[in-house]
Amino acid sequence: MRQGLPFEDERAVLQLDRIDADAVRVVTDVIDGEDASTGYASWRCHLSREASGGCRRGILGCRGAVSGTCLGGVMEPVVRVRDLRMRYGDQDVLTGVDFDVAAGEVVCLLGPNGAGKTTTIEILEGFRIRSAGEVSVLGQDPGQADEDWRARTGVVLQSWRDHPRWTPRKLLHQLGGYFAPYSTPERRRPHDIDRLLETVGLTDLADRKIATLSGGQRRRLDVAVGIVGRPELLFLDEPTAGFDPQARRQFHGLVRALADTEGTTILLTTHDLDEAEKLADRVLVLAAGRIVADDTVDGLSRRLEGEAQVRWTAAGTRHSESVPDATAFVRALFAEHGDEVQDLEVRRASLEDAYLTLVQQHEAGHGEAAARLFAEVSQ
Amino acid sequence: MTSASSPTRNAVRLGLRRGWTEFGQSISSTQDQGFYLFTGAATVGYLFLRRDTEVEGTDLLLPSVALPSILGALIAFGVIIGPAYALAMEKEDGTLLRHKAVPHGLQGYFTGQLLFQSLSLLPQMVVILVPSFLLFGDLMADPSGWLTVAWVIPLGLLATMPIGMVIGALVPSTQKVGTWGMLPVLVLTGISGIFYPIQALWAWVQVVAQVFPMYWIALGMRSAFLPDEAAALEVAGSWRTTETVVVLGIWALAGALVTPRVLRRMARRQTGSQVEAAREASLQWVR
Repeated sequence: MRQGLPFEDERAVLQLDRIDADAVRVVTDVIDGEDASTGYASWRCHLSREASGGCRRGILGCRGAVSGTCLGGVMEPVVRVRDLRMRYGDQDVLTGVDFDVAAGEVVCLLGPNGAGKTTTIEILEGFRIRSAGEVSVLGQDPGQADEDWRARTGVVLQSWRDHPRWTPRKLLHQLGGYFAPYSTPERRRPHDIDRLLETVGLTDLADRKIATLSGGQRRRLDVAVGIVGRPELLFLDEPTAGFDPQARRQFHGLVRALADTEGTTILLTTHDLDEAEKLADRVLVLAAGRIVADDTVDGLSRRLEGEAQVRWTAAGTRHSESVPDATAFVRALFAEHGDEVQDLEVRRASLEDAYLTLVQQHEAGHGEAAARLFAEVSQ
Repeated sequence: MTSASSPTRNAVRLGLRRGWTEFGQSISSTQDQGFYLFTGAATVGYLFLRRDTEVEGTDLLLPSVALPSILGALIAFGVIIGPAYALAMEKEDGTLLRHKAVPHGLQGYFTGQLLFQSLSLLPQMVVILVPSFLLFGDLMADPSGWLTVAWVIPLGLLATMPIGMVIGALVPSTQKVGTWGMLPVLVLTGISGIFYPIQALWAWVQVVAQVFPMYWIALGMRSAFLPDEAAALEVAGSWRTTETVVVLGIWALAGALVTPRVLRRMARRQTGSQVEAAREASLQWVR
């Protein structure tokens, strides 16, 4: 990620995806702006006292259209994970996970089932106590965080049959009510319930019993409950599992809108590469209990597609190497080993292939080897 | 909209609203109405069939003697089994987790449970008391008995509801409430002098029965409804009011000390994976 200038007093380097009238109140003076290769505009600017105050606490107080990432200076990431380990009995589920999530980012934790995604997100949500490692979420350890911290986070849970006799409107009023003491002039809490219902497309069903909602409608209610307190950071665990394509598309639009208009930092898990591609600014691939790749989807595919995978057997051992120029590599290989080279295979990798291989290997019980290979080819 | 009140007070207020809402939903649901009517019909039916039976050693009729005991048993049963099932189920279906995910949500959740489970006694009492007073004469020997009812019921609630909450918190799944909750409570009802005097049982069983609150709630209710002469039927020929207050008070105190800890421990262990596992188990169950 691009490194910014050191944060001096009320100055910071921001990565903004939009600047408009609302933003200017926070960003008082744009020193220079330039197009970055990521497709974002990267701006160096002065911040108003209000925004920089937010910055010192670790989060940029994103108001209105400002959704940005403070790249330089004292701004801490919203989520910071170092050497996170989790062990159930004698089974290691997480073997040293490291990553950061910056304010305003949408980050996707991608990985095969059983890779440890849910464990990771539950530790960050404060629902599960880790075995070892350092975790900081919004400046606190989620394992010991207080109720004020809770008020700044949102969790989208997978509901099942809870509150069957309630209506969406009543439930949102009830659960949203807990956030009222945490309302500030900058961030009114909870959301206006009518507008929230409209956002998630449940206006017509607002007064129906929840028991009568379909699976997809219920999930939209889950999202509404997750964001009713206007969280600075939102967690979503496999949010679209069991969705039909139509519901999935609507849901993706909803998540993007949250990130764009509210500046909400979002961390979600999925096992679906396509979903990660549609939603995330950045993808963390989790396999065999650790992060094996950390980049934008574009960045990942560029790196993977630039290289070709060459596999061969020589003297009874199987070799695999990813190289930028396959032709030259193979010529050199024959020059050196001659007829010993057997079972030669050259493949131009795609991200999809690489990910599918990872998933297959993982399911076949070769998680560790697959993770190593994926980490290698996506270097 | 900006509320200056403390988050805890706000949570308690939301919890009370939650309990009230759930109570409203319960009495307007045909399923719950059916349950209340069933217990009402069964109790009143039993008393009606034996309306002319005289109780040995007194000039009282069976309905007069049995009604207060049955009410006592239903109160204890309702506030033990009710919360036990509610907690066990709401651990599994994600209700509890939802409250864990909002600030001070668990305080609100448990406040709501407390109010809802207490209010649920009202329709239970109404469906039994109203027809009983219409059908049988001389149920309340002295109107001052209502004052006794007014302290026996709240104290009985405080003594028994924590037991239900602890059972609900500790059971591994809803299906286990039957074994861990229903069975012991039914056995206890059997030995607590509801349907026949406790003196008819072996001495050690009498001791066991008098350790638990159910016997004392029923005794308190009998002391409220029956004339003083009827105390002759009781252990030591007395209503033992002081002992009733002391035993129920000890249970209430122990409950107040233990329950929050057990509930906190349960809530700490709640995760989405747990809810997911319960959902999968239930799908298996259906299939």
